[in-house]
Amino acid sequence: MRTAYLDTLYELARQDQRVYALISDNGAIVYDKYRRDLADQYLNLGISEANMLGMAAGMASCGKIPFSYTIGAFLAYRAFEFIRNDICLQKQNVKIVGTGAGQVYSALGPTHHSTEDLGGLRSLPDLTILCPASPLEVRKATVAAYEHEGPVYLRLGTNREPEIYKEDYAFEIGKGITVRDGKDVTLIGTGSIVGDILGVVEQLQRDGIHARVINIHTIKPIDKGIILRAIEETGKIITVEDHNIIGGLGSAVAEVIAESGKGVAFKRMGLQKFSNGYGDYVQVKEMNGIGIKQVYDEVKMIIK
Amino acid sequence: MSEISEIAKDIRKKIYMTAHYAGGGHMGASFSMADIISVLYFGNVLRYDAKNPEWEERDKFILSKGHACYALYAALAKAGYYPEEELWNVGKPGSKFGGHPKMHDIPGVEASTGALGHGLSFAIGIAYANKRDKKDSHVYVVLGDGECQEGSVWEGALSAPTLGLDNMTVIVDHNKLQAMDDLEKIVHMKPFADKWRAFGWNVVEIDGHDYGQIKDGLLVRAEGKPTLIVANTIKGKGVSFMENVPIWHYRMPNEEEIPVLMEELGLTEADLEQSQQARLPEMLQKVRGTQKG
Repeated sequence: MRTAYLDTLYELARQDQRVYALISDNGAIVYDKYRRDLADQYLNLGISEANMLGMAAGMASCGKIPFSYTIGAFLAYRAFEFIRNDICLQKQNVKIVGTGAGQVYSALGPTHHSTEDLGGLRSLPDLTILCPASPLEVRKATVAAYEHEGPVYLRLGTNREPEIYKEDYAFEIGKGITVRDGKDVTLIGTGSIVGDILGVVEQLQRDGIHARVINIHTIKPIDKGIILRAIEETGKIITVEDHNIIGGLGSAVAEVIAESGKGVAFKRMGLQKFSNGYGDYVQVKEMNGIGIKQVYDEVKMIIK
Repeated sequence: MSEISEIAKDIRKKIYMTAHYAGGGHMGASFSMADIISVLYFGNVLRYDAKNPEWEERDKFILSKGHACYALYAALAKAGYYPEEELWNVGKPGSKFGGHPKMHDIPGVEASTGALGHGLSFAIGIAYANKRDKKDSHVYVVLGDGECQEGSVWEGALSAPTLGLDNMTVIVDHNKLQAMDDLEKIVHMKPFADKWRAFGWNVVEIDGHDYGQIKDGLLVRAEGKPTLIVANTIKGKGVSFMENVPIWHYRMPNEEEIPVLMEELGLTEADLEQSQQARLPEMLQKVRGTQKG
């Protein structure tokens, strides 16, 4: 995802001098190409996230389009007030790019995990939140963020996510994607965990369960239509996210269900506390209740 | 500079009148920087066009200590951005003006400030963009000295010299008081000017109530370095019983104090009566409009 983002931003910056790559001393090696070819549109501001975002807002007020990049946890928590006041309240065209979505920096531990970023940021007026699921989707989301006039939080993983799309498709902010159709149950995911869900669905298929899979790449504004259709057509909804169950995808879907007035069996899968334990990403997801087996078991339970 | 002293006197009157009608406000902080803002806007320093607030080549002023906005509101009205009668409805239904300034809503306001420690980095972004665009526009920022207890101020303090932003000037309104007490009693900030020097700023120290010194300071430039002016000021300057007394960070004068204040600011009953008349019909109309909507 990171490479997909950086390659796309590189192309955008080459085409449009208003585009700037700001970083807070993170990703030094991968920015080599920028330092070589786009020195005037690249700026490492050092370890100062608040300053980077405040400055990005000032640049945007002069017509620049700064993409401000570092680990999502440091942007969403430490610099929250700068996102709120300088960027959202002042309606500045800043792109806030957080890498290391969820627990993908697994063994680095919870200080580096972005597991409450969506919960905090989702309440901010005028902020669009994109959480793409695969490298191809990162490319499309980066272009969409650039084309969208206004603040965007782009939540990226790292560099190991598999591609989930076999062919090109239309990406539109605020429009979820049915990546697999089914009638028995709907699994809704966001970010790279959509890839995990697709694996689970293969297994379920063998058990005779036909699950629908929806990729919500835009957490805000949420696609109400696609959720309402799932309520009508499959009933039984499970959300799966690498994020706390409060405030993120599960909450957003719950809000749509609650306001629909329709009762439906519903389960939010995600973290319920701080991430616990070390290992690789697959292991840490398992330790924290969102492993493939746990999603499979949850579907079996709700189907019963 | 005698003209500036008249302007500053008028701005102090307007600061009080704004607070009078709003029923509150940060008068002490506004009085503290009234002379600085007078020279900035009316001493041929800041380049702006009140008839064209979005003029591309303008200099920008960022009031980082947003709570002193009554001084800014008064200066912008005087500069012609909007009629001064707007100020008699600050904080009321239908008004664009609140207790902290909001950009987009108020012509001439370049940033929505109030939460401290934001204006410096925002201004750095503007100065950096101006450099990139090869504009000769200058950016001025007023920070409070208490505000300099915010960590983000020091992130910006490191950043601006690193980026060589000699197209920005930061004025610290150094009145040595904060909301609850003497600055130095709460947090040790001394040696204040030396801290900025050590961070790589071109530092100038002035008397923040001396018009000549203010103007000279605002025009100082140093190649490759941002300039920081430590403006030694008196919080509440212009009203004897407010000067250097922390409680006037937000308090309003009582019935015994008002006549003294009016006398010292040169404000008459006629001024208040006239503004009251200018205020009421419009305000009531706006309130009715709001209720309908």
